Amino acid sequence: MKNVIGSSVTRVEDARLLTGQGTYIDDIGVPPNTAHAAIVRSTYPHAIIKSIDVSEALLVPGVKGVITGREIEAYLNPFSVGVSAPVNYYPIAIDKVRYVGEPVAVIVAKDRYVAEDAAELVRVKYEPLQPIVDIEKTMDQDAPLLHENVGSNIANHRSFHYGDVDRAFNEADLIVKHKFHFPKYSATPVETYGIIAQYENSSDRYTIHANFHGPFIIQSVMAGALKIPSNRLRIIIPKDIGGSYGIKAGTFPYMVLLAVASRIAGCPVKWIEDRQEHLSASSSGTDRVTYIEAAVNEDGKVLGLKMKMMDNVGAYIRAPEPACLYRTHANTTGAYDIPNLKIDGYVVMTNKLPTGLIRGYGGQELYFPLERIMQMIAFKLHLDPVDVIQKNLIKTRQFPYQTASGGIYDSGDYERALQLALDTGRYKEFRKKQEEARGKGRIFGVGLACIVEPSGSNMGYITIALTPDERAASLPKSGCTEAATVSMDPMGFVNVRISTAPTGQGHETVTAQIVADVLQIPKEQINVVAELDTSTSPWSIASGSYSSRFASLGSSAVYLAAQKVKKKLLQIGAHHLQVPEEDLYFENAAILSKSDSSIRWPLKRAAGSAHWNPLSLPEGMEPGIYETYYYTAKIAEPPDQNDLINSSITYGFVADMVTVEIDPETGQVEILDYITIHDAGKLLNPLIVDGQIYGGLVHGLGGALYEELAYDEKGQFLTGTFMDYLCPTAPEIPNITIRHIETPSPVTPLGAKGLGEGNTMSAPVAIANAVSDALKPFGVTIDSLPLSPNKIWKLLSEQKAANTLKR
Amino acid sequence: MGVHQVKLTINGKTVVEGVESRTLLSDFIRDGCGLTGTHVGCEHGVCGSCTVIVDGAAVRSCLMFAVQADGLEIETVEGLSQNGELGPLQKNFKECHGLQCGFCTPGILMSATDYLSKHPEPTTRELKEMLSGHLCRCTGYDGILKAIQKTVEENKETIS
Ligand code: FES
Ligand code: FES
Repeated sequence: MKNVIGSSVTRVEDARLLTGQGTYIDDIGVPPNTAHAAIVRSTYPHAIIKSIDVSEALLVPGVKGVITGREIEAYLNPFSVGVSAPVNYYPIAIDKVRYVGEPVAVIVAKDRYVAEDAAELVRVKYEPLQPIVDIEKTMDQDAPLLHENVGSNIANHRSFHYGDVDRAFNEADLIVKHKFHFPKYSATPVETYGIIAQYENSSDRYTIHANFHGPFIIQSVMAGALKIPSNRLRIIIPKDIGGSYGIKAGTFPYMVLLAVASRIAGCPVKWIEDRQEHLSASSSGTDRVTYIEAAVNEDGKVLGLKMKMMDNVGAYIRAPEPACLYRTHANTTGAYDIPNLKIDGYVVMTNKLPTGLIRGYGGQELYFPLERIMQMIAFKLHLDPVDVIQKNLIKTRQFPYQTASGGIYDSGDYERALQLALDTGRYKEFRKKQEEARGKGRIFGVGLACIVEPSGSNMGYITIALTPDERAASLPKSGCTEAATVSMDPMGFVNVRISTAPTGQGHETVTAQIVADVLQIPKEQINVVAELDTSTSPWSIASGSYSSRFASLGSSAVYLAAQKVKKKLLQIGAHHLQVPEEDLYFENAAILSKSDSSIRWPLKRAAGSAHWNPLSLPEGMEPGIYETYYYTAKIAEPPDQNDLINSSITYGFVADMVTVEIDPETGQVEILDYITIHDAGKLLNPLIVDGQIYGGLVHGLGGALYEELAYDEKGQFLTGTFMDYLCPTAPEIPNITIRHIETPSPVTPLGAKGLGEGNTMSAPVAIANAVSDALKPFGVTIDSLPLSPNKIWKLLSEQKAANTLKR
Repeated sequence: MGVHQVKLTINGKTVVEGVESRTLLSDFIRDGCGLTGTHVGCEHGVCGSCTVIVDGAAVRSCLMFAVQADGLEIETVEGLSQNGELGPLQKNFKECHGLQCGFCTPGILMSATDYLSKHPEPTTRELKEMLSGHLCRCTGYDGILKAIQKTVEENKETIS
């Protein structure tokens, strides 16, 4: 049988999804006494709750209860979080609201329509407080305080020093510096959050169905908040999740809120979030201000970097934050060989929606300043940006490459990938075209970005938010464990159970491909169960769908569990056939002998004997065929004394070249061509790979041009519908060309690396570089996003006005 | 809340039900008729995931009340295949990787079905315009467009 790993097989998930037979959270059956919830939310960004009058709401026929923060508090501890600042985060406001959309009361009623009726009748009296939304101003001594007991709006601050930064800055020919702002945006999966929670008082346990996809370390956070032993919190995720891109990790506070609502109401409670709730109060990416300084030589060589980064986690710091700041810690210097690095990292709170995972998490925030400064260096030195990039790129012979901050880049050929991007995009030709166009008053630009795409997070990285001394006082964290179970039933058919909580990435398909290859059986015979159940699935704290960890970790667990099954079948075969194990191999669902072609024993017989006739098995062997493998990569070590941390397992590479034209009249940016070169090691299924890349790229495009969760300076939320929060639709998608090179990872058994987030990280800055390149003759530079026509037009007119004044 | 009796056809089957006047057609299709293939993503007419065909026109079922569908003929994604066999458009979605999470897919299938029945030879630009009424956050629309274009090509071959 041919290898199926690496081939573009179509997906097993598709048949059900194309016929309306998908099972999303809102499609699963609920017990007959299930009630429905609507949530009353704060209309103020910052206010004291004076009183909540629920009397009218309770009179609405069909209402079973109206529950306020005060009642819920009795059943909860605040959620734990990985910083030492004592921020008390509950899933509902208790005495104060801190962002528009924060839950204030939960209505439980016979259906959602009735619940919404009642929600209208809840009277909340607020005493407004001064709001604060600005990242830098919130750090001021006299800024309004969100959490009085914390004493400041800074939730975490750490400084890191690697190499000899002072020397680099003293010796450099020049210093290039700038301030950048990356906006708050989201990913808006088309399916919103959905939860069905049930409390069983006879055993004091909660069962929660939710479209939550991990990280499952949060299961312990939830159990802690609910004040129960963790095995009394059972989380079951549905077979299908309607997209997430990280955002649905933020279901967890609502899972806890609904759990307690179920307990108080005395019945199961279901809640499907609506779109306005999703935009205002689910979760979002983290907005960041970065001050970046580069110490540079005349030839464009960067000797050292200083970065002061300020992450805005919104009103409460909550898990997995402050991970946005640290996820990319190991790859802070990106694709460049820069040994001297200083990082000053702040995590601040403001009166905005709390943040969490999002596709690219930390990457877009990091690469926006980094790749912008590379271009600014080139412009300052009158060099081509290509030359500056090439001068600094890590060379092929340097792999595995250890970064200044402790990353171990496993493999890559960055120079080749960049060259492929330039050749595919015809860089030189475009430069000529751009010159000619300028003569005709047309504005063309080209932007580049070279980024390292980390995947498979090391669970130890988040502890870098603590000082080495603080870390020493707690238990160390390491690894990136993922688990899978491969079993064969009495008739020889295969079931696989995975815990990677797919949200559309086709894990069932790729899992079947891998197991088919190992056991040499048709993939159609393999049934993959992806519905994670914390009471019955093999899972770890790291389990789930985030950090592109399926290709690097999930697939490895599946592969090695299948290998265990193979090993057992070989042992059974050797014993039964009386042939040495080394002489046997698998082909076409049978065990064959290398030396004797007359020997052929169907796999299903071998598997069957383990069930039907266990006494025939080799001495001491367990009956049954049921093998679980827990996989972790050795290189996921905890941070060391010097704050060196390899925050991810594998590191892919993306080289982008994008060309744009800008309409001088309207400021509209049109993307002419988008070229993206990927190196994600060995590709497991190229069809799925390219689908992931398109999706990630278009999300990056949205971040560059359209998407922003906007607030006014008073903290009022401005983008509560899809008419205000703009997502790219089909006509906005430019020509996209994807090319691959494959330098297999030496770290993972299949040589695969994660992917699908790379362009979400690279596209915002690649496009910003293209726009800056286009507007260079006008003296306009880009340091914030999204690049709406409004913004470009304003920048252009300001510059024009300034230029006229100069003359 | 007053309850009205409605009689309508869904995927060829007659349905007679009592509905409140404020019940959305999308909720009625999902909860009243149990056809959960029709999805709800925004309830304000932008995402397109709730699209069904009502009397031969693609309609956002979140923008219609169930009572307004009284006497009308509705087609949902469940009606696109026979006995679990995928139709040509569905097959091409699978082949061209036109879906990932699949949440937006039923709405897009219904819009495309309606559109192709009226515009057998659309240009890429026209198809993109048609798709602009749908949000897909997974695919970047590439596989979707390819799947529909492939269907157009195949249809041409069958006709000629
Ligand atoms: S749910 Fe109807 S258009 Fe979004
Ligand atoms: S396939 Fe997930 S939103 Fe379109």
